[in-house]
Amino acid sequence: MSDPSPKAPAPTEDPESEPRPGRARKPIGWSTIIIAVLVAVSAALVWRRDGTDGVLDILTHDLSLFSGILPRVLAGCLLGALISEILPHEKVSRSLGPKSGLMGLLIGTAFGAILPGGPFTAYPVASALLAVGADFGATIAMVVSWTLIGYGRAVAWEIPIMGTDFTLWRILISLPLPVLAGALGRFVYVRLYPKLAAEDDET
Amino acid sequence: MSAALLIDILLWGSVLGVGLIAFRRGPTVFKASLREGAMDFVNIVPRIALGVIGSGYIAAIIPQEVITGWLGPDSGWLGVASAVLAGAATPGGPVIGFSIGTVALKSGGGVPQVVAYVVAWALFAFQRVILWEIPFMPARFVWFRCAVSVPFPFVAAAIAMVIGKP
Repeated sequence: MSDPSPKAPAPTEDPESEPRPGRARKPIGWSTIIIAVLVAVSAALVWRRDGTDGVLDILTHDLSLFSGILPRVLAGCLLGALISEILPHEKVSRSLGPKSGLMGLLIGTAFGAILPGGPFTAYPVASALLAVGADFGATIAMVVSWTLIGYGRAVAWEIPIMGTDFTLWRILISLPLPVLAGALGRFVYVRLYPKLAAEDDET
Repeated sequence: MSAALLIDILLWGSVLGVGLIAFRRGPTVFKASLREGAMDFVNIVPRIALGVIGSGYIAAIIPQEVITGWLGPDSGWLGVASAVLAGAATPGGPVIGFSIGTVALKSGGGVPQVVAYVVAWALFAFQRVILWEIPFMPARFVWFRCAVSVPFPFVAAAIAMVIGKP
């Protein structure tokens, strides 16, 4: 922190880092509002095209989908919270933080590739990593690696539908991309948010 | 054994594994993280609900044919660009995304274009971003990651052009 805050009595503590940096979420953000509007417009268009029955059909289908997903979301949230609790913060910020270099991007990539489960695990865990000291670059490497070279979706969906040859070949092509995306992320982040990057440097 | 069951076993197995590690650190740590996880869950459920139910309606107004049309016979970089757009705009889950890719391959779509489509879909299909990424991650991170990811379907297509077919 470069500017001293009058309301921060403990000088060693970043005021934003208590109790858990980045874990506090606003219930309604701009993204949620935009999505809600998009959904409302789409539902209205469906209603005009297919009538009330069409709207209800989609609603019942998606509600059953939703109830199936819920336990996994709970598991993902628990996994994220437990991981952020057991990972030592100093170690994470050293090995995945802004100064972790290529090694940090490689660790992020490896982590994303071996992470089990679907989006209900990848995003809570990525969010937990961000909260305990990983920087945008390493977290981007992790998320991109999970989506492009993670085995979960490849085994469950891509190989059965697209075939083994195409899938393995596509994964081979994708191998360098997580590290490149993370490096680009770091490069842009430092220039886009110089102030935040400087704060990260000091902690 | 179905893939869904396997996923659930792996998932809850991991929860159990990390839970055990946390528990050995002491019951206070363990209980605190369980409470934290449960609170995250409660906070996220409304947004997941909006995403799951909402994406059904959004998918209903973007018919699959529109997406297949964008993955047309156009080869070269223009074809790659429209494949990237198609990947971002594809509604629905992995079955739909990969099926469209397979149809494109079988109906004579170029391999680099299909690779660009699959990679773009994996990186920033709007439905996954809306449904999963935004509820769980800080919004600023999500937009930043999507923006940074834009070049990579093109990079994948370029690599595919260089190293050739599978």
